[in-house]
Amino acid sequence: MSSLSQRPQQAVVGLPLPHESAALHVTGKALYTDDLVVRTRDVLHAFPVQSPYAHARILSLRVKPAYDVPGVVRVLTAEDVPGVNDAGVKHDEPLFPAEAMFHGHAICWVLAETWEAARLGAAAVEVEYEQLPSLVTVREAIAAGNFQGIGRHLESGDVEAALAAAPHVFSGEFEFAGQEHFYLETNSALAMVDESGQIFVQSSTQHPSETQEIIAHVLGVASHAVTVQCLRMGGGFGGKEMQPHGFAAIAALGATLTGRPVRLRLNRTQDVTMTGKRHGFHSEWRVGFDDEGHLVALDATLTADGGWSLDLSEPVLARAMCHIDNGYWIPNVRVDGRIAKTNKTSQTAFRGFGGPQGMLVVEDLLGRCAPLLGYDAMELRRRNFYEPQHSTPYGMPVRHAERLEACWSEVLEAGEISQRQVDIELFNATHPNTKRAVAMTPVKFGISFNLTAFNQAGALVHVYKDGSVLINHGGTEMGQGLHTKMLQVAATSLGVPLAHVRLAPTRTDKVPNTSATAASSGADLNGAAIKNACEQIRERLEQVASGKLGINPADVRFVDGTVRGIVFDGGTLSWEEVVKAAYLQRVQLWAAGFYRTEGLHWDANAMRGEPFKYFAYGVAAAEVEVDGFTGAYTLRQVDIVHDVGDSLSPLIDIGQIEGGFVQGAGWLTLEDLRWDESEGPNRGRLATQAASTYKLPSFSEMPEVFNVRLLEKAHEDGAVYGSKAVGEPPLMLAFSVREALRQAAAAFGPAGTSVDLASPATPEAVYWALDRARSLEPAGLSRG
Amino acid sequence: MSTPQTLRAAAIKVNGQDARLDGVPVHTSLLDWLRDRGLTGAKEGCAEGECGACSVLVARPGIDSPTEWTAVNACLLPAAALDGQEIVTSEGLGKDTELHPVQQEMAVRGGSQCGYCTPGFVCSMAAEYYRPARTAAAHGTDDHEHGPNGFDLHSLSGNLCRCTGYRPIRDAAYALGVPEDNDAFAARRLSPPPPPAATRLAVDGAEFLRPASLDDVLGVLADRPDARIVAGSTDAGVEVNLRGVRAALVVAVDRLPELREFEVGSSEIRIGAALTLSEIERLLDGRVPLLAQMFPQFASRLIRNGATIGGNLGTGSPIGDTPPALLALDASLVLTSRRGDRVVPLAEYFTGYRQTLKTPDELIRAVLVPLPLAPMTAFHKIAKRRFDDISSVAVGYAIEVADGVVTQARIGLGGVAATPLRARATEDALTGRPWTEQTVREAAAVMAAEGTPMDDHRASASYRSAMLGQSLLRFYAQLEV
Repeated sequence: MSSLSQRPQQAVVGLPLPHESAALHVTGKALYTDDLVVRTRDVLHAFPVQSPYAHARILSLRVKPAYDVPGVVRVLTAEDVPGVNDAGVKHDEPLFPAEAMFHGHAICWVLAETWEAARLGAAAVEVEYEQLPSLVTVREAIAAGNFQGIGRHLESGDVEAALAAAPHVFSGEFEFAGQEHFYLETNSALAMVDESGQIFVQSSTQHPSETQEIIAHVLGVASHAVTVQCLRMGGGFGGKEMQPHGFAAIAALGATLTGRPVRLRLNRTQDVTMTGKRHGFHSEWRVGFDDEGHLVALDATLTADGGWSLDLSEPVLARAMCHIDNGYWIPNVRVDGRIAKTNKTSQTAFRGFGGPQGMLVVEDLLGRCAPLLGYDAMELRRRNFYEPQHSTPYGMPVRHAERLEACWSEVLEAGEISQRQVDIELFNATHPNTKRAVAMTPVKFGISFNLTAFNQAGALVHVYKDGSVLINHGGTEMGQGLHTKMLQVAATSLGVPLAHVRLAPTRTDKVPNTSATAASSGADLNGAAIKNACEQIRERLEQVASGKLGINPADVRFVDGTVRGIVFDGGTLSWEEVVKAAYLQRVQLWAAGFYRTEGLHWDANAMRGEPFKYFAYGVAAAEVEVDGFTGAYTLRQVDIVHDVGDSLSPLIDIGQIEGGFVQGAGWLTLEDLRWDESEGPNRGRLATQAASTYKLPSFSEMPEVFNVRLLEKAHEDGAVYGSKAVGEPPLMLAFSVREALRQAAAAFGPAGTSVDLASPATPEAVYWALDRARSLEPAGLSRG
Repeated sequence: MSTPQTLRAAAIKVNGQDARLDGVPVHTSLLDWLRDRGLTGAKEGCAEGECGACSVLVARPGIDSPTEWTAVNACLLPAAALDGQEIVTSEGLGKDTELHPVQQEMAVRGGSQCGYCTPGFVCSMAAEYYRPARTAAAHGTDDHEHGPNGFDLHSLSGNLCRCTGYRPIRDAAYALGVPEDNDAFAARRLSPPPPPAATRLAVDGAEFLRPASLDDVLGVLADRPDARIVAGSTDAGVEVNLRGVRAALVVAVDRLPELREFEVGSSEIRIGAALTLSEIERLLDGRVPLLAQMFPQFASRLIRNGATIGGNLGTGSPIGDTPPALLALDASLVLTSRRGDRVVPLAEYFTGYRQTLKTPDELIRAVLVPLPLAPMTAFHKIAKRRFDDISSVAVGYAIEVADGVVTQARIGLGGVAATPLRARATEDALTGRPWTEQTVREAAAVMAAEGTPMDDHRASASYRSAMLGQSLLRFYAQLEV
């Protein structure tokens, strides 16, 4: 067992604690970025002028009429930028564009004494546009050959030979939608400048260091002149990994130019129309199976709809390509990936980061092919699972592959799946207008940033003379419970009660050069960095304690606020006594911690290597009931067994699994991004740009019975205290819902019906699927 | 420039403290007003009453007790509409360091993750916690939408959470006990809420009026055809927030006693236009099964607590949920003005897209539902989401069969034309025919061609037509079961 993963006796990690801010949440006292405005004097409010066209050249921009609106103080345009006019890291996202690249693109920003005055000021700005041809759908971009970034190719084995030899070959096409993050807190920033020109920005960002960098390059100052702080976010889900930078830069620019604090808060419509979403994909594939239902070859082309700029599309695509196998061993694989450039918001990170899109392709094709092969879909999936000797198409051994089967059999047993299948068959036989189905799908998800350099983290731990502990780390809190886990890690590592440890807000002047809190890696990376800092302090305190106890430093133990030797009668010191003694002996009581994930390597060009520290596994079973008159459905029961290693914080982890699952189900069944694809005047406008038209899962989509279990004896040797990352993988457990809907739709038709199901599988999509199935003659299977 | 003119000091009691309203711009929402005062617990998540992050409690006239704590969307209500009223926010529920029971359950069960929606959930949940009729005996425990403690999950249908997946929130709700004897909020229910206050606030050229009597309202409407009438403000608030509508004169009518009548007579039921959907649901108490089916599908509890039946008809929207039901019930409207009252059949009321027979000086006073009711009724709503969604298609049925023959068929449709309408061709295809599967199949084919459905982001035209055709089959099949 590695020292990183080894857990001491009486550890605070592993306890099912509520969120560290739970009491603040429920009383409304927890502060979010925009809650700080009322606590700040003389704030100016920012409001954008948005393009009404999907693609247009800006011929002229007249800002003067805005200044005639009472309360308007300043209009920010490209001419005001002292540094680089760019909001991204790829230098393809002008902060103030000369060409509107999507419907809703912000052209300039108005600052005013009130939000209302800024709104009216923005309405007064006169922009003359020349409309340009636009590409709104991924199909249009493919037809036009309009791509961006670097296309990728992943290959292993001999696909053509395997397909030629395969007794069963199918081909298909599948286009599926993206997803709006719809974090409840929209993007917001509050910037101010102090007497020395130091810029301080409160930002709702998952990536404070990058927000800092972008602000610095927009303002043309060094990074040390900019501090970014994130108290907490009202949800992020990847949507605040890159998108907040430009908004923070606008606020910072406004504050620099006016000398007053500037608040930028998007309302929901602005947030939805201006910020990137989960990438929708187009896919084409050929797949071969042998006579036993084993996958022998997969040839696929994935086209991500990247929107107008690159943003994170390249790594999203890479992860999609690396997850097209999901949990299945496919000996011969060829995947081509490319990024379409369309006149839409710049699609970005979203929980799963391409993984869900890659996996959806294989889960969809398995669901479609199973009836054609004459297999029950569950059986087809199970017999294709990775086994421990296998490697992925990019050459990484699938360590702990046996956990797929372990999770699967536990769900089968705990969910009484066999019995329920019998019940469902009986129900369906007696209900012509209502059908039920249960489906099971696995998840195998690689943990670490694909880009090796991002797999590092820092922390700063202070022990004060009174024994109290203050921790800082580079991760941000967006509701995922990272701070709760970090408090537990620090308390465990120092051997003090949880109440001794306090956590300070994430800010760039405490821990620099941090990676985004993303890729599910927040606890792995920051936890290890905190543990490293704590261990430095503890080692120094061991020396102090050993002197006072008269024992060997190696025999000193820190347990729940006491310090003693390994033998019971050797005397005990309190934590506070040891800390005080250390101070008097001039021992340093604080430390900076650092961690980098060992053993990773990745050749992005060859698409080969071992980019992940480990895989997270899980299995879900979902049972649905579908109404044959309308296509409406209910989610009757969900059973999940998921691998979080040895959980750092079980209440938090179960919350992540449940929440991720429901969010995934929302993507796959309900949430409907509809862009105006017509040639009409609103071409490129997002029609579902509000909560009234873009529907998130509500209580009615929650599974009626929802059983979540953590896989037991799941120690992960390569991660802090034996745990595994949990943020993203459970989202993909929701494929079970989509596959259950497919099977229920098929149940309206003759046995062996293969159902194509649109994504999202809205009631309308399910209705068309079941209506097609229902109209089929109960004839023989179409095979081959 | 800013010259507040108030007849008296307008103020709202917030968490037990009076807070003045003078000088507050007329279109300022209750949410923005609270947040400007430093009460930042309530959040803006959508600004259109869909997410519930802004939910707060208002002391409203009750049905089962003099006062009931009613959860509403603070983002939709103008602060001025709360003049003289009493509200409680998430910050005001607990005591100093002690969490309120609702807060306690939410906190310890993992009911919050990012916490942004949480204060709103807490307020909606607290309203249900204090619902006088909530008892463990009210519902069996086998219904997953009701807890063993009588907690109605629909009370949270207007609150969205993007993090938890809802299970821990449901468990927190179902774990709640009953308020303790010394609970101040429970005690508050026993005395009446503050009476409606006549309000006149004028700031920066815009005016908010809550006249004291119906006569005063009708006088204002006669003089000012541009006046924006609001009741629950659930529609008007969206226009203010998302479309920048800033009416010069807003007239609130929701507390007028003349508009809040309710009477079950021998030949008709009279429902005051300013009664909220929640109030009507409870006053009717299942006596009109068609409406009883509709209420839980009408938006969310938060919206139903504000939205009035008169408002839903007053907007003239083709996708409102009450018109298809009321058309099937053959309802009429009482329109009132200085010129007197007139009764208009609902089937004649809608004249075009958001156009009605109502003149600018008129107010909907009441809805009349004739008795006896048809014995076979149903309300079908097609939407993406089961709780709190807008209809793609809505259908109300009221059918009478005597000796196996259809003697009367009324079918109201929403979402398939510029106005709500009666499915006349389908009604004709049913009337006088035997009530059999054969008749229903033929009539269903007729119904599939009713209206002029269109493609939009909610549904395709072909799905809407298919749903019309399926609806009658479903109605028949569900009666047969």
